[in-house]
Amino acid sequence: MRASSLVVCEHCDAVHERRRLAPRERALCVRCGAELYRAGGVDLYTMLALTLASLIVFVIANVYPIITLELQGVANRSTLWGAIHATWETGVGPVAVLAALTVFFFPLAQILMFGYVLFELLRGRAPRGFVDIMHALRLMRPWSMVEVFMLGTLVSVVKIAGLAQVTPEIGIFAFGVLTILLTTINSFDLRLLWDAHERVAADGAAAGLVA
Amino acid sequence: MKVRTATAMGLLPCEACGLVCRAPPPGAPALCCPRCEAPLHRRKPDSYRRSWAFLLASMLLYIPANALPIMQTSTLVYDENNTILGGVRVLWVGGSWDLAIIVFVASICVPLLKMVALTVLLLSARRHSKWRQVERARLYRLVEFVGQWSMLDVFVVALLVALVNFQSVAEVRAGPGLIAFGAVVVLTMLASMSFDPRLIWDEPERQDSP
Ligand SMILES: [Zn+2]
Ligand SMILES: [Zn+2]
Repeated sequence: MRASSLVVCEHCDAVHERRRLAPRERALCVRCGAELYRAGGVDLYTMLALTLASLIVFVIANVYPIITLELQGVANRSTLWGAIHATWETGVGPVAVLAALTVFFFPLAQILMFGYVLFELLRGRAPRGFVDIMHALRLMRPWSMVEVFMLGTLVSVVKIAGLAQVTPEIGIFAFGVLTILLTTINSFDLRLLWDAHERVAADGAAAGLVA
Repeated sequence: MKVRTATAMGLLPCEACGLVCRAPPPGAPALCCPRCEAPLHRRKPDSYRRSWAFLLASMLLYIPANALPIMQTSTLVYDENNTILGGVRVLWVGGSWDLAIIVFVASICVPLLKMVALTVLLLSARRHSKWRQVERARLYRLVEFVGQWSMLDVFVVALLVALVNFQSVAEVRAGPGLIAFGAVVVLTMLASMSFDPRLIWDEPERQDSP
């Protein structure tokens, strides 16, 4: 049923033989130039460490305000949720929902799911609901937009800089770090997790036979 | 250069997890991936129709997205409705021409170019055109890559609404254009996800199977 030494290009259907890559090398499709797979990258432990770090930074980024704006002695500061709430109040509910999903819920779900799967796999156990989690991770990837939000905060700072006194807060720096961490997490090759899961499942089956 | 395709070799790659399976004989019921249980298709199902539907909807909404104000600024001195283009002009006149260009590219050029690119891709793939296939494949990957960056203006307005809130002195409210604009971004992303780039390379005689 399987031909694991073969890789099929998702973008043009061309079949390639899988080969060993030099470190940092990327295998490109000979027909359309799309990336097929890349050299190892990070191992599962590094992935888990990065995921935990991003969870901490995610909390910081959401607890502390992003920007403070001062005008005639009145100071307004806003967190991400403050912005989402204000957008909801101002009468564009769908936009508030869109922002909440793409900057809060999807990134958080990604971090938690990655963390759980990696933790269980590294302990040598098959995570519960592994297949569903993997589908969710794949489908959420394009809808997780922390990096776009980050650029958005920079644009807003410049837009209001002439109007009033603008002070960047801890939140904006935390979002900067989170952008880098999530970009790394989003470049994880999900196939490494499938492979690890297959190894763990095979070990489990073997142990079951022995016992 | 002769390229072996999975279709010609009777292979069926799983779109969800990349596992390469053996294709069932013609007429046999469709399979699911043995590893991830996703249904296996030779091509994304109904790719043309779904992609066109999302694309046409996004083209329609592009009009109110640009014509209606995405935010309303009111200060003691004036009340103003800002469209996307108006926001770019404010940045430009204010001297931040670099950000003006970023917002102009992300909010106006990118959605427009995405729609044009997807139209070209859909029409040429339907005609099984052999014209510049490698460039068209690259164009599709570019469309996929830039997809989410058009959300920039949505986030900017959300932040301004939260921050610029000084009762009567200065206040920013979101406008109805923002809903249309957010919908354009989501719909163009769905349109590019529904398009199957393998259609760029497919030969006409293989059109028979779904
Ligand atoms: Zn290819
Ligand atoms: Zn699969």
